[in-house]
Amino acid sequence: MARRWINDLTPERATPEAAWLNRRQLLAALGAGAAAVGAGGPVLAQGAELEPTSFEDITNYCNYYEFGTGKGDPAENAHMLTTEPWSVKIDGLVERPGDYGLQEILSEMTVEDRLYRFRCVEAWSMVIPWNGFELADLLEMAGVMPEARYVAFETVLRPDEMPGTRRNVLDWPYVEGLRLDEAMHPLAIMATGLYGKPLPNQNGAPIRLVVPWKYGFKSIKSVVRITLTEEEPPTSWNKANPREYGFYSNVNPQVSHPRWSQAEERVIGSGGEGIFGRLSVERQPTRMFNGYDEVAALYEGMDLSEYF
Amino acid sequence: MRDRLNRAVRRVPGWLIYLAGFGWMGWLFFQGASGALGPEPVEALEHAYGLLALQFLVAGLAVTPLRRWAGINLLPLRRQIGMMAFWFLCGHVGVWALLDLQSLSRVWAEIVKRPYITIGMAGLLCLLPLAATSTNAAIRRLGGARWRRLHRLVYPAVGLGALHYIWLAKGAQLEPFLYAAAVVGLLVLRAIPKRAGRRGESGDSAGGRFRALSRG
Repeated sequence: MARRWINDLTPERATPEAAWLNRRQLLAALGAGAAAVGAGGPVLAQGAELEPTSFEDITNYCNYYEFGTGKGDPAENAHMLTTEPWSVKIDGLVERPGDYGLQEILSEMTVEDRLYRFRCVEAWSMVIPWNGFELADLLEMAGVMPEARYVAFETVLRPDEMPGTRRNVLDWPYVEGLRLDEAMHPLAIMATGLYGKPLPNQNGAPIRLVVPWKYGFKSIKSVVRITLTEEEPPTSWNKANPREYGFYSNVNPQVSHPRWSQAEERVIGSGGEGIFGRLSVERQPTRMFNGYDEVAALYEGMDLSEYF
Repeated sequence: MRDRLNRAVRRVPGWLIYLAGFGWMGWLFFQGASGALGPEPVEALEHAYGLLALQFLVAGLAVTPLRRWAGINLLPLRRQIGMMAFWFLCGHVGVWALLDLQSLSRVWAEIVKRPYITIGMAGLLCLLPLAATSTNAAIRRLGGARWRRLHRLVYPAVGLGALHYIWLAKGAQLEPFLYAAAVVGLLVLRAIPKRAGRRGESGDSAGGRFRALSRG
């Protein structure tokens, strides 16, 4: 089932000698359903000079408003969340609706390593070595009905374990959604770990969505419910501020957030050593779809400045 | 109790506020550089300096109401409070321009394109002439009445600062609104007409101000 998508962003490929990988041939191979990586001409691979962000930075600089709005709040408060036992209710337009226990899900799924860029809507980015399985596999497990066109997701809501939810910073519970074809794309995964360790609570334990070509807030954390729908489901940030956050929220350097530019991003952990090192954070240009051009076909014919 | 507090305030030398303020500014910078402010120290510093600037501005705005309604006289330290607001604001803008955006063209583009930055900059512009006329010599040169008129620019500056803070927050966060409420409250207190003879002093007499300001 899984392993449809070939990860071209591995630490090995980040070395200079591998900087000459023909990405187009790789994609062509993908399209043909072949797992082989074609040896190609000298086209600079996008994975060049990329390095995973440190475990420490990934786990201490988080947006998880259920645990507080500060970047350090989730690391401080998320230990309160009970992640065992855990089940995901899959309902709506599916053939086999029900509460699926996490262990039950994992026993059916192929967990892979996926080194993905992660681009937050706040114009910072990381590179994260996730462990997870393809969302398509989970949806197939529940059996998607032909009428289904969208997938809605919901984060757990437990005010006694999630201090941030005691204030209405957002309309809790946090909800997100994807179009079905986006959800079925092999790049979209449900992550259960990072760096080969179980997902830390502040990063969305025990199971979260990761959609690397969209802004980070689309990658909803600590998922307890997945609903297949016919209509476009509501999404939290869009409800909070529809002018600033669209349903699609694809990474797009050409469409500015009304309050800041999306043309560039600050690379977390890119500062050097020494007294001024840490304060000299690298800025790099942001790429369309966060560099994942293979999803462009999903949006053919759509005006992405309208459907932002 | 109140008199003891007021006497104590009069004994605090102005340089002590500067020492504490710049010391705190430097300590934050050192913490950012050494990793104690987390993985994104530039953002952390930017926010810390900005918030401190707003806090000093609110503190400065509280001086007159405190004197009038609570009899607590912080007037001898108001210049230092205002100047520290200005210096933290310079730190805020400096970190933003030099460490975050790292180029003048980006700075200009952001000022022009982002309304919350435009109004933040407008707030800073309001404070520039105030900082420049914060000496006794400047007060003498301008004369008390003109100096006071000029320094009313602090009201739009604080208002713009509070609005800037509300505007940049994601989601319905409480803190920016608390600051805005404090600013509005302190401005409203000022608008209440003075009743003659209250506490036997006229809170805003130029003479009182001169005595306070002459302490440098």
